[in-house]
Amino acid sequence: MSEAMTNPYRTSLRSAADWGLVAVALPALAALALPLGSQDGAPVGWFGGTMAPLFLIGVVLAVIAGRSAPKRVWGAWAELAGVTLAWLLPFHLLEEGMDLSAGWGLWLFLVAATLLLWRVMGVLAGVPGWTRSVIVPGLFGLGLLVGWEVLVRGFQVPAILLPPPSRIAAALGANAPVLWDDFRQTVLTSVLRGYVMGCGAGFLVAILADRVPFLARGLLPLGNLASAIPVVGIAPIMVMWFGFDWQSKAAVIVVMTFFPMLINTLAGLGNSERIQLDLMRSYGAGYGRTLVKLRLPSALPFLFNGLKINSTLALIGAIVAEFFGTPVVGMGFRISTEVARMNLDIVWATIAVAALTGSGLYGALALLERLTTAWHPSMRRR
Amino acid sequence: MRLLVSDLTHRYDDLTVLDGIDLTLAEGEILAVIGPSGCGKSTLLGIAGGIVAPTSGSIRVEGEVPDGCLNPITFIFQDFALLPWRTVEDNIALVLEHHRLSTAERRERVDSGLRRMGLSEFRNALPKQLSGGMRQRVGIARALAVRPAMLLLDEPLSALDAQTRELLMDDFLELWRREKTTALYVTHNLDEALRLADRVCVLSRRPGRIRELVTIEEPRERRQEPSAQAHLAEVRDRLWHLMKAEAQMADREIARA
Repeated sequence: MSEAMTNPYRTSLRSAADWGLVAVALPALAALALPLGSQDGAPVGWFGGTMAPLFLIGVVLAVIAGRSAPKRVWGAWAELAGVTLAWLLPFHLLEEGMDLSAGWGLWLFLVAATLLLWRVMGVLAGVPGWTRSVIVPGLFGLGLLVGWEVLVRGFQVPAILLPPPSRIAAALGANAPVLWDDFRQTVLTSVLRGYVMGCGAGFLVAILADRVPFLARGLLPLGNLASAIPVVGIAPIMVMWFGFDWQSKAAVIVVMTFFPMLINTLAGLGNSERIQLDLMRSYGAGYGRTLVKLRLPSALPFLFNGLKINSTLALIGAIVAEFFGTPVVGMGFRISTEVARMNLDIVWATIAVAALTGSGLYGALALLERLTTAWHPSMRRR
Repeated sequence: MRLLVSDLTHRYDDLTVLDGIDLTLAEGEILAVIGPSGCGKSTLLGIAGGIVAPTSGSIRVEGEVPDGCLNPITFIFQDFALLPWRTVEDNIALVLEHHRLSTAERRERVDSGLRRMGLSEFRNALPKQLSGGMRQRVGIARALAVRPAMLLLDEPLSALDAQTRELLMDDFLELWRREKTTALYVTHNLDEALRLADRVCVLSRRPGRIRELVTIEEPRERRQEPSAQAHLAEVRDRLWHLMKAEAQMADREIARA
């Protein structure tokens, strides 16, 4: 506060005090008056024989260190240590065998810790380089996982409704061979083949339709129609047509991915500037050369758009199609049978694999896009 | 190379943009074409370059093509028309790629283009990393790499700021001092016409007809000298007088439409 008196630019009350910290401190102080949880039906307070006071002291020290750090970023790291310590407290209490569902003191304390994390993230998001591009999203994801774990275990949510992430991870480990077989069947066989066929066909037909105007006129309205076709309607039909194995899954994926690729490629081919086309013409370049040297490169951002949309569509298509018949392996098969057997842990593990696969594919394509279209205005240097 | 245009008319649907153009460009001559916007200047250039087919009339080129010329009639564009994913070097090489050239010759042509335009140190830069003036220098280097017999310039300096425009005009003067390349130079800027052209063709408002062909007597190299200023001022007044009337009428027609 002394700074507020000496610094002529800090005149208003708004900037004189660290109101963010005050907002964090208020729920934390209120939390001290409330119980942390209960043991054998009796409420347990902050000083009820657990190591909670040590956590509290640790957090307070971290906040003080954060306030007095010479640089705001260092302060943020100290505060982050405090946040980590605060979120470890419920794990300690669970170890002690406490029931946290009525521990409003603890929950308020965690609210305060989350507000503190907000502050930390606000600072770190302003630091260029790896901190901003990797650490901040990483911390965000980790925070969600920890919050999920603590809430589910603290409020004793039945695992059948929502298991904690640790249990999903354990199921992943325990069923790794089965999950790997499913992954191989669904992703490495059905999705990859269907994706390549669907995107390839969409791309080639788009090039043809670009050359033959009536094709484009006829196909584009069909694209809208096709995008409205429900997968659950088309999947059983494809299974009847192409059998139980990967062919029917690939067919569903082709139906789902063909038009997005077609439409994006057509849009991309129309993306060349008139003056660039004039340039090619004025140097006597024919259709083929103009396509290869000018139109396809300038269509790349659109092509990647189509490929990225299709990467998630393909995975969804394959999994849904497997609901309607498959050899006894595959992610969709696993989900449908294990749900019926109330074996939800492995269902969640499969969902996790699917989510990771989907974002992995998407991420790989985004990376490739970054490498190949660095010239595009949308790819600004950081 | 000479360009002979006779009784050239061009229509886009009902809209006549060029009407009865007769024009001859002598070997090594630089002809500036000026006129109000929409008068068909760029269309005339497109027809001369063979990328627009005229509705009627004839257009011919005659004469010798210099040694090593790959694309006799070559454009320089207002918005540079660079391919943003290619480096400076590769943009220049683009127009050489569909000619059977030895690697050494291709390299030599690219290098000499880079050197003449002072771009050697930017050879690996992408267009987005360059200023407007530098980008147009790449466009010029690309045009020179094919050793053209005739240049068609479509407002090549209009997208640039005043200082860059001066610098590039010097580059053009240097270019034409070394090589007698015939050029059709479309512009709406009188100063560019007065600095660079041998003759100035004033087009009327749409449909574009030739209002007048004005010859600038003073040789290009001497136009900066004090003794030339009286003549240039006279030409300038004359051109401005012609242009002003057309531009005003064109404006009124746009307002009425």
